[in-house]
Amino acid sequence: MAAKIHTETMSAWYGPKKAIEDITLDFEEHAVSAIIGPSGCGKSTLIRCLNRMHETIPKARVEGKVLLNGEDIYALPAVTVRRRIGMVFQKANPFPTMSIYENVAAGLRLNGERNRDRLDAAVLESLKQAALWDEVKDSLEKSGASLSGGQQQRLCIARALAVRPEVLLMDEPCAALDPIATAKIEDLIFDLKKDYTVVIVTHNMQQAARVAETTAFMYLGHLIEVGPTRELFERPKETLTESYITGRFG
Amino acid sequence: MFQWFSTAVAFGVIGLLVLITVILALAAEQSIRTFGLGFLTGNVWNPVPPLAFGAVPFVYGTLVTSALALLFGVPISLGIAIFLSELSPPWLRVPLTYVVELLAAVPSVVYGLWGIFVLGPVMRVSVEPVIQNIFGSLPIFQGNPIGTDKFTAGVILAIMIIPTISAVSREALLAVPDNQREAALSLGATRWETTRLAVLRYARAGIFGAIILGLGRAVGETMAVTMTIGNRNAISISLFDQGQTIASWIANNFLNATDPLELSALIELGLVLMLMSLVINIFARLMLGRVLRRGEGAA
Amino acid sequence: MTFRFDRDTRRRWKNLAMNVAALFCVVLALIPLGSLLFEASVRGFRSISPSFFTLTTGNGGIGNAIQGTLILIALTSVIALPVGILTGIYLAEYGKNRVGAAIRFFVDVMTQIPSIVVGIFAFSLILELGASGIVDPRLVFSTTTGVIALSTIMIPFVARTSEEALRLVPISTRESALALGIPRYRAILRVVLPSASSAVITGALLGIARVGGETAPLLMTCLGNQFWFGGLDQPCESLPHTIYVFALGPDSALNQAAWGASLILVLMMLGIAIASRVVIRLRSVSG
Repeated sequence: MAAKIHTETMSAWYGPKKAIEDITLDFEEHAVSAIIGPSGCGKSTLIRCLNRMHETIPKARVEGKVLLNGEDIYALPAVTVRRRIGMVFQKANPFPTMSIYENVAAGLRLNGERNRDRLDAAVLESLKQAALWDEVKDSLEKSGASLSGGQQQRLCIARALAVRPEVLLMDEPCAALDPIATAKIEDLIFDLKKDYTVVIVTHNMQQAARVAETTAFMYLGHLIEVGPTRELFERPKETLTESYITGRFG
Repeated sequence: MFQWFSTAVAFGVIGLLVLITVILALAAEQSIRTFGLGFLTGNVWNPVPPLAFGAVPFVYGTLVTSALALLFGVPISLGIAIFLSELSPPWLRVPLTYVVELLAAVPSVVYGLWGIFVLGPVMRVSVEPVIQNIFGSLPIFQGNPIGTDKFTAGVILAIMIIPTISAVSREALLAVPDNQREAALSLGATRWETTRLAVLRYARAGIFGAIILGLGRAVGETMAVTMTIGNRNAISISLFDQGQTIASWIANNFLNATDPLELSALIELGLVLMLMSLVINIFARLMLGRVLRRGEGAA
Repeated sequence: MTFRFDRDTRRRWKNLAMNVAALFCVVLALIPLGSLLFEASVRGFRSISPSFFTLTTGNGGIGNAIQGTLILIALTSVIALPVGILTGIYLAEYGKNRVGAAIRFFVDVMTQIPSIVVGIFAFSLILELGASGIVDPRLVFSTTTGVIALSTIMIPFVARTSEEALRLVPISTRESALALGIPRYRAILRVVLPSASSAVITGALLGIARVGGETAPLLMTCLGNQFWFGGLDQPCESLPHTIYVFALGPDSALNQAAWGASLILVLMMLGIAIASRVVIRLRSVSG
């Protein structure tokens, strides 16, 4: 299968501090790729470079190439890139002044969609894909913030999916959720890869083992090893990887 | 013991507030007794017998000039707040904030002086004739523009309330958590769309409170208005006509009051003004209180 | 679903337009400020001469006006600063309960009273006292009444700024003082207040600046005076009042002098603002 996203010697800085160095990595289409590593290894920074969110931080900088279907995303308008590569954040951030419906429709409205029927259909489909439809179908006009933590996160997923991105980036999406909510989202990720390419950052190795075909291990800003998840966990090539997986440091 | 002392002082300050209310009520009592509620509906001010005093023309003038102040002041204040909170390069933020605050440091009487000798002539020669040329068919723009009128007073008031509204709005915008902006940006929103969608909506209670606070300031402003509004006791539709506000009327007539009833009526006017200002400010505080509380809860 | 390219460009133009509009608002607000400062400087400068400061307002100078303003500010500060700061201390240290919240609310209400109403209050108070024979009725138009009015404005203002200043002091400071066995009131006076001193002083200076620029409450209290300061029971001239009178008069030489007086007043305000910045800088270096 073709590489959906390809990064080429990508490095990123926060001001003078180099956060990630020379990352060359492929993310396959219609598959789930996980990025794991200890706190501070740069995995969040990496994923934020993929949809050009890193540069929204003052004094932040990126070097190297990131290609989406062969196109350099830094040559395209940032707004376009972010629509094609969606993101879900660690803490769910629905718009509290908007209803559930309006939250999901927000991205579509930004792009000029006004037709009520098309919006209804898109909202329905996105909420179904996010496995939230059954729970909210009778209360679409309630505030986005009135849901539970897990539901809010699925709402954010629906909101991101509504603009039909090609890739969905997930930055530790279950970090703030309980095991039941986490399981629901992991099931949903499994279904999503039919239509989307998913990249998930997680500090939970078992989660990576559960959902991802490919896993990349990062440490102190460097890419240490990447490979099929099974192989990485059972027969890691680098000693550093093995130390992390066996829990020698965390 | 020190606690007792400072508590006593604090209560004393509240006692001062009580004293203010009592003294003003006492002084206005004659007028209140004489005119009753008719004071608020009467529109004559007759200092010679038969004595008749009504507040309507002044309330009208206050409302008109305050409305003008909000009309011009609010968009500019919001623009400033958005610029300083969302758009400005970091090195420009602090000095620019400081400079906008400087607008608030200028005494009202100096604004009035500038209004008489700088803004007024500009209004009379350049601005008002142009407006009359284009919109002269509308009754609010008719009359003879001489530069000293409700319009000029409204513009000066707008300038004076900009620091208040923009500073409080800016606080409200800064209180919006970054994750809201990130959510909008990650959907592919432009900077302005992010501000509109995620920031302004979230902060709308605070912005509304800021506007009400600005209104409260405009209503009580005296000197700059007195010096630029023309002080003619008449209700007229045209913005280019002279007028008066509660504050300007008191300022101009207090020392000229010959009959004690007129003095009492002027003081009653002052009470009306105080009440207006009070209600407006309590309303503003309610709006802002909700914002402050929600900010703490969401964190 | 594909999105039309024109729409994206339109959104980008709109973004640019709104950004420019916001900047435009900033510029628009700075124009009057610039004009005001420019005119005050240029027109005011023409009036500045040594005699401007030595002549009284009766002779076209502002000497007694400056004198009056300084006296009014000084007397008001002597009364209002201690009362205001003590109230601020109460609100910050002892006012965490329902009663404190009520007092805070009413103090806030007091800060919003229009200044002309405060003037009416001072006038009426002395009028009542005069009518009852407690004080000389002529005291109505005097420095004393003016000071009463200005204090009524300054006290709640300083109370709130002092409270805010004290709130900035971290709880740990208070706790470590108490843990040393110092009684509460001494902890407040010797530890908390000094550490908040730069903010308190800034608040006090702002209050002084505010009160120094007030005109409305003086119109019916200390009136104006063509001569040098004559005593607490006499009317008193002030800079803002002089500006008002000179500006409205028919004499164009006096109109001109109003600009000079404005320049001096604005410079005084600026001086106070700079002084407060200097205080903060000095305190943060040593503290």
